[in-house]
Amino acid sequence: MFDIVSFFPRAVVQSVPLLCGSTGETITEKSGNLNLGIPGIMYVGAISGVIGSFFYEQSLKASGSTINTFLGIAIPMVCSILGSLLMGLIYCFLTVSLRANQNVTGLALTTFGVGFGNFFGGSLIKLTGSEVPSIALTQTHGCFVHKLPLAAKTGWFGKMFLNYGFLVYLAIIIALIAAYVLRHTRLGLNLRSVGEDPATADAAGINVNRYKYFATCIGSVIAGLGGLFYIMDYASGVWSNDGFGDRGWLAIALVIFTIWRPNVGVLASILFGALYILYLFIPTGANAAIKEFYKMIPYVVTLLVLVTVSMRKRRENQPPASLGNSYFREER
Amino acid sequence: MDQRVPAVSMRNITKTFNSGAVVANKDVSINIYRGEILALLGENGSGKTTLMNMLSGIYFPDEGQIFVDGKEVVIRSPKDALDLGIGMIHQHFKLVDVLTATENIILGLKEKGKLDLKAAAKKIKDICDQYGFDLDPMQKVYNMSVSQKQTVEIIKVLYRNADILILDEPTAVLTPQETQSLFNVLRNMKADGKAVIIITHKLNEVREISDFVDVLRHGEFIGSLTTSESTPQEWTDMMVGRKVTLNIERPDPLGLPPRLKVKDLTVRSEEGLIKLDHVSFDVSGGEVLGIAGISGSGQKELLEAIAGLQVTEEGSVIYVEDDGTEEELLNQDPNKIRRMGITLSFVPEDRLGMGLVGNMDLADNMMLRTFRKGKSPFTDRKNPHKRAELIVKELEVVTPSIETSVRRLSGGNVQKVLVGREIAEAPKVLMTAYAVRGLDINSSYTIYDLINQQKQKGVAVIYVGEDLDVLIELSDRILVLCEGELSGILDARKTDKNEVGLYMTSLHGEGGEAS
Repeated sequence: MFDIVSFFPRAVVQSVPLLCGSTGETITEKSGNLNLGIPGIMYVGAISGVIGSFFYEQSLKASGSTINTFLGIAIPMVCSILGSLLMGLIYCFLTVSLRANQNVTGLALTTFGVGFGNFFGGSLIKLTGSEVPSIALTQTHGCFVHKLPLAAKTGWFGKMFLNYGFLVYLAIIIALIAAYVLRHTRLGLNLRSVGEDPATADAAGINVNRYKYFATCIGSVIAGLGGLFYIMDYASGVWSNDGFGDRGWLAIALVIFTIWRPNVGVLASILFGALYILYLFIPTGANAAIKEFYKMIPYVVTLLVLVTVSMRKRRENQPPASLGNSYFREER
Repeated sequence: MDQRVPAVSMRNITKTFNSGAVVANKDVSINIYRGEILALLGENGSGKTTLMNMLSGIYFPDEGQIFVDGKEVVIRSPKDALDLGIGMIHQHFKLVDVLTATENIILGLKEKGKLDLKAAAKKIKDICDQYGFDLDPMQKVYNMSVSQKQTVEIIKVLYRNADILILDEPTAVLTPQETQSLFNVLRNMKADGKAVIIITHKLNEVREISDFVDVLRHGEFIGSLTTSESTPQEWTDMMVGRKVTLNIERPDPLGLPPRLKVKDLTVRSEEGLIKLDHVSFDVSGGEVLGIAGISGSGQKELLEAIAGLQVTEEGSVIYVEDDGTEEELLNQDPNKIRRMGITLSFVPEDRLGMGLVGNMDLADNMMLRTFRKGKSPFTDRKNPHKRAELIVKELEVVTPSIETSVRRLSGGNVQKVLVGREIAEAPKVLMTAYAVRGLDINSSYTIYDLINQQKQKGVAVIYVGEDLDVLIELSDRILVLCEGELSGILDARKTDKNEVGLYMTSLHGEGGEAS
């Protein structure tokens, strides 16, 4: 029998990195920046948080005291935000200020971010001198997965909806706020116009570069939180090199799937999360090869989605018209 | 002279591009007063738009001062300009397609409080009522006609309380009826005490709407005239710097047999809309068939269908050889059609969209037509180079060199290169669309001359144009399209602008006064 009560929470937990990544990328793309550095930025967001909490836990061990919940959360959060913010700034400086090609810059940042993560991950593993190639930050993990007290008392409902660490709720709230801002505020209207037609936005007195910088940096920070969540909550505080996988790319595909709407992203990411772990829940018998086919599902669905989405004709569902182009006012 | 304080005074403005290599404006001074309409005249590349762009904050002058109401100001961005009450309606509309009229209008405003689209829509309605516009505030821009988009642009600057308005070739894409309603709006603004600057190439409009005329030539200020006390001939002479005859020649058609027979041509767009509906006509060698219609009435589809670039649903296009043999053109390879001597020069709104490659130089753009010729495995670069030089010389293309990429030329010069190349192919059928779109008087007449030369050589010319005055003077017959249907074929020598306008807006000119 398919066990929905245990399947659903796992799908949700799987979905959060995707949701953060796609929310961040959506905000970025609305400004006309196609940031293909998102996978790398999520790596950096993760490793920065790991570095912060690693040294905090080391200092705790040295002084023999127990972890302070607030610091246990705040230190990795701040480190992660700074790390991904820096990546966003590099991207903006190259593509907005220097008007470098966005695709090349993004891909370079992804390569850089993954390498950066693995390098410092490897260094920290060396520092611990442990036998296994990973770092376990169990105390920090404990801080991140504080559950709502109601969760244990409300039966299946609590298990399905209340039994998560705070980052899950934060990711959903950020996505909903982003959707509201984009659709219903002056700020969102201005941002959308920058992504659609920067020359028009400029003529209307909107500071195009400032919007591009802010949207891209905020998007990077949100995406970076997805990386942090993956390590601190999903992976129980264990960093291992290349552990994050290709979730960053799925997040970018999800942006198209959700037709640039972060509120749709909440449900779509849960769907993707479900597909991602479906193979664990479908009995495949002794033949392990079948499992590999199930693991393909999210990628096959991504391909199908891209095909169907590109057949849609409505103008509102198209990518921002100026996506991928840099803007220079005096260009003739 | 004038004791009043000008609304705007530009003093000794100089602007160069490419670090001094191209001088767009040199020591230009103009004044504009409230309650007046100033027409800014000049040939293409004479620096009118550049000058106005400095007023609206797109460019920043290298030298010179700008005064608004007697106070010196620095305009560094479009926002600065709007804060001073200066609003510009650009030739290429600056609107976001996927947003509604209201959203476009309030874009970038820093009003207090929540985003209230309903309140904004109401304010827009009030402005519409005040000046006599007709607009649905909730309509998406991509569903709008050109004149509706222009209305949005004008309301956008009015909504920001602009009282100095700059309009860059506002009538280039309007029907005569739409032009009239725009002029009524402009008169209302003038009565309201606003200062209006209008850039246009159409001299009859200058006479109709403006109070004063300022003329620029090669980036320099030539002179200022009172409209009512001067003549179009004087303006043109000042613009060009020498005498120009303003009448278009029209040699009689040669009376050759039909060259192209089009029958029941029907085209459907990708979305399934009918773009051409059973259009039938003949065109003979040695005649100019003008095609009139509101933009988007099927002109593009018609020409492309003949050139083999457009999928057709039914009908036939028959090409008649000199010896009388007939050949079907539909579903032929476009290259073959081109080799038979049918050329198409289509000048799209963005000018570079079709036909020329912006990043290639003049000679390479000539090669786009010639590279298939010749037997050697290497391309021939010499002849295209010569041809480019010839076009530059004969059509007076302003370019630093043949090796300059086309993107860097001004719009009018780009067009000359495109049309010149097609004519250099020595065609049997010459199709040109909007060949003089946005061109100045002098270059326009060069193009009309070229068309007439071709006509006298026995070429069948199909000329799609926007300026009805020209269309009537240049063509032998005028085919009018109305929403993809053949509205009528008129004798250009016997018709007038109103009749053509009527056929454009209602099928077969029925329905009395067009709405």
